[in-house]
Amino acid sequence: MTSAIQMVGVTKAFPGVTANDHVDFSADKAEIHGLLGENGAGKSVLMSILYGLYKPDSGEILVNGEKADISGPSDAMRLGIGMVHQHFMLVPSLTVVENVILGMEPTVNGVLLNTERMLRDVADSCKRYKLDVDIEAPIYQLSVGVQQRVEILKALYRGADVLILDEPTSVLTPGETEELFNAVRELKADGKTVIFISHKLREVLAICDRITVLKRGKVVGTVLAWETSEGQLAEMMVGREIVYEFTKKAECGLEPVLTLESLECLSDRGIPAIRGLNLDLCGSEILGVAGVEGNGQTELVEAVMGLRDLTGGTVKLDGQDITGTPPRARIQMGVSHIPEDRYKRAIVPDFSVLQNLILGSQRDRFTRNGVSIDFAEASQFSTNMINDYQIATPGPETLIRYLSGGNQQRVVVAREFSRDPKVVIAAQPTRGLDVGATEYVRRKLVEMRDGGAGVLLISADLDEIWALSDRVAVIYEGRIVAVKDVDETDQQEIGLLMAGGGIG
Amino acid sequence: MGERLTGAVRRVFGGDGLQGLMIQVVAILIAFIVGAAVLAITGYSPLDAYVSMASGAFGSSYGVGQTLTQATPIVFTSIAFLIGLKAGLFNIGIEGQFLMGAMGATLAGIYLDGLPWVIHVPMTIMVGMIAGAFWALIPAVLKSRLGAHEVITTMMLSYVATHFTSYLVNYPFKAPGWVAQSVKISGSAELPRILPPTQLSAAIFVAVMITAASTYFLQKTIIGYELRATGLNPSAAENAGISIDRSILVSMALSGAVAGLGGACEIMGIHRRFIQGFSPGYGWDGLAVALVGGLNPVGSFFASVLFGALRNGGMIMTRATGVPLDIVNILQALVIMFVAAPKLIRALLRREQ
Repeated sequence: MTSAIQMVGVTKAFPGVTANDHVDFSADKAEIHGLLGENGAGKSVLMSILYGLYKPDSGEILVNGEKADISGPSDAMRLGIGMVHQHFMLVPSLTVVENVILGMEPTVNGVLLNTERMLRDVADSCKRYKLDVDIEAPIYQLSVGVQQRVEILKALYRGADVLILDEPTSVLTPGETEELFNAVRELKADGKTVIFISHKLREVLAICDRITVLKRGKVVGTVLAWETSEGQLAEMMVGREIVYEFTKKAECGLEPVLTLESLECLSDRGIPAIRGLNLDLCGSEILGVAGVEGNGQTELVEAVMGLRDLTGGTVKLDGQDITGTPPRARIQMGVSHIPEDRYKRAIVPDFSVLQNLILGSQRDRFTRNGVSIDFAEASQFSTNMINDYQIATPGPETLIRYLSGGNQQRVVVAREFSRDPKVVIAAQPTRGLDVGATEYVRRKLVEMRDGGAGVLLISADLDEIWALSDRVAVIYEGRIVAVKDVDETDQQEIGLLMAGGGIG
Repeated sequence: MGERLTGAVRRVFGGDGLQGLMIQVVAILIAFIVGAAVLAITGYSPLDAYVSMASGAFGSSYGVGQTLTQATPIVFTSIAFLIGLKAGLFNIGIEGQFLMGAMGATLAGIYLDGLPWVIHVPMTIMVGMIAGAFWALIPAVLKSRLGAHEVITTMMLSYVATHFTSYLVNYPFKAPGWVAQSVKISGSAELPRILPPTQLSAAIFVAVMITAASTYFLQKTIIGYELRATGLNPSAAENAGISIDRSILVSMALSGAVAGLGGACEIMGIHRRFIQGFSPGYGWDGLAVALVGGLNPVGSFFASVLFGALRNGGMIMTRATGVPLDIVNILQALVIMFVAAPKLIRALLRREQ
């Protein structure tokens, strides 16, 4: 039997890193094949090569046993390969049907849209693969889980026999994940090949037939799911036992450093995003805020930083009412912020490392006369930070845009923590970072806590919350629906709360 | 070498460093090569034309004086434009702020009569700067309060300024006679001519000073740093405690003040009175010249000299070789095209993000 997909000796190097090093990979018809590895192991690059987004330096790809030359996504689609990316590529104002047919519109006489056929075709696909979607609803009204189903429909409508799902569960609730798995099983029953990229062991074991593990761009091995275990996979993935368990403190017992009372604010679209939120953050604790993305996390962070106007409620720092104060006052009073969107909020890409390191302190620490910047001090400071935080950069004058994501994040962390904050707002602080940088940032967060700061950790990743938090709060539709000691709860319970379950 | 040299070049010439400087120089060379082709096709000798243009512009002290005279107002307008652009604002109404500055200086030069020049000259300059800053603050306030886009408001206010100043010299402040102009400013408000018989005045020293001062301002001062952070990434600047509204007001006020200073110097050094239509569009030239200069003050200074040389040398060339003066416009357009188009596109793209 020939494989649906066979990749032989695929190598792809980027400046400074070999993302794929002679990778052999194959997937059969009617197979769910897991592709497992840490961030930066080369999973996404390998699949981007298969989908034609990158050109491999060497190696070849066989589709149904025949050598294929894939130089772009259109070639991949013609060969029956479809991909659902982590970030969806949908037009928010168009309906599901319009998104699915976009670029392949069925027409009457080549001029008018054949609306009837559009609706019939898409409805048929939904029924066939048991994908529950309201096909006439505009995308922006749909939850993330449903949008993902639309992406799958889109790929199938373009004739995909091989479907690549890139970290599909990272944005889903446990319930939505189960629905996705059911759909994937339907696809398999229909003879399709599904390649499932993930770094979550449990999920891969639950859904896949075979699993290929990548580590630093190389294949560690391919195993049958029913013959392996979480332990074996973890060892293959990391090579050693990674301990993300940091010692936790039982109780804070102190006065809260940050108090949020009946907080209310609007989203960018002008609808209520935070709706009467209450939360206390103590000193010397890490409080994890768990929630599915889009439940008010972004607005919560901006409200605490003074970046978003409140429509109600108060923010107190150390018992002092700081509602309505501008961001600069809050920074000076000891609130630090690691933004979720590094490129948008945290750094100025066209500034140097030095200029980014002093951002926010230019009027305090880095001036002597209040007019000009003390570059001698700034230069000394950035040299120290580059050493202390092991920032890999050619020098302080290098533009930060040329640094890797992990090193950019080190710059942000160095800057924010050097202010000796009382409160740290860390939003998705390890998103997109590799293992080393992730461990580093987490260790620093723990250090800050041990030094007495209160850390508000906003994350969509329950494993991260579990690894770091003393307490966990669940945010759902703009409210905190539960606060629990980590020891007194489990991921199932929190997962249910995140999905809006269990609220009496 | 390496890091230190490029660091030094970057400090003077902005983010792109040496590479950015190379882009400008290569683009200008290409423009002249294409210009030579145009000359050859139309039956003129490119070599003769360029030689006479160069010797006209730089071959004598008279040529140099006239070249610098032509360059002076554009130094101010181009630096004015780039100060706005560094904060992410397209202040394309420089012409209006330039004219308002010129009018303010004219009135101060006429009516603050009887002061010694050590007081009168600085006061006249101050009034010109304030008038320019005031005219630029209107769109700034409209933007920060109401979100009105500065490209529309600055441009519209520029036309208002053109007609308003022209009304003033046609009616309330019209000098006796047929020409639409004010009376002469007092001698104590004049900037001295420094290279007679050319029109070159002490304004060139002011231009050099403003080049140095704006370089220092953008690179070394807190406000300059904050403006640039705002222009490059407003979200991150806001997150770092920088007030976006304040950045808008400050950069527009400074931009308008520099444009107004340019207008004041042109009156005080060259015309000594406000003559309707005295500016052939120095403000508009400033936009292109700032881009040709790589969006930094020192580059703007040299780009202004290049444009001054093209204007001045072009006239000599026409007289000596019979090549139509239009070739100067073609050359200017080519330089702008090769240098500014990708720059402008890059700047626009960055704004969209």
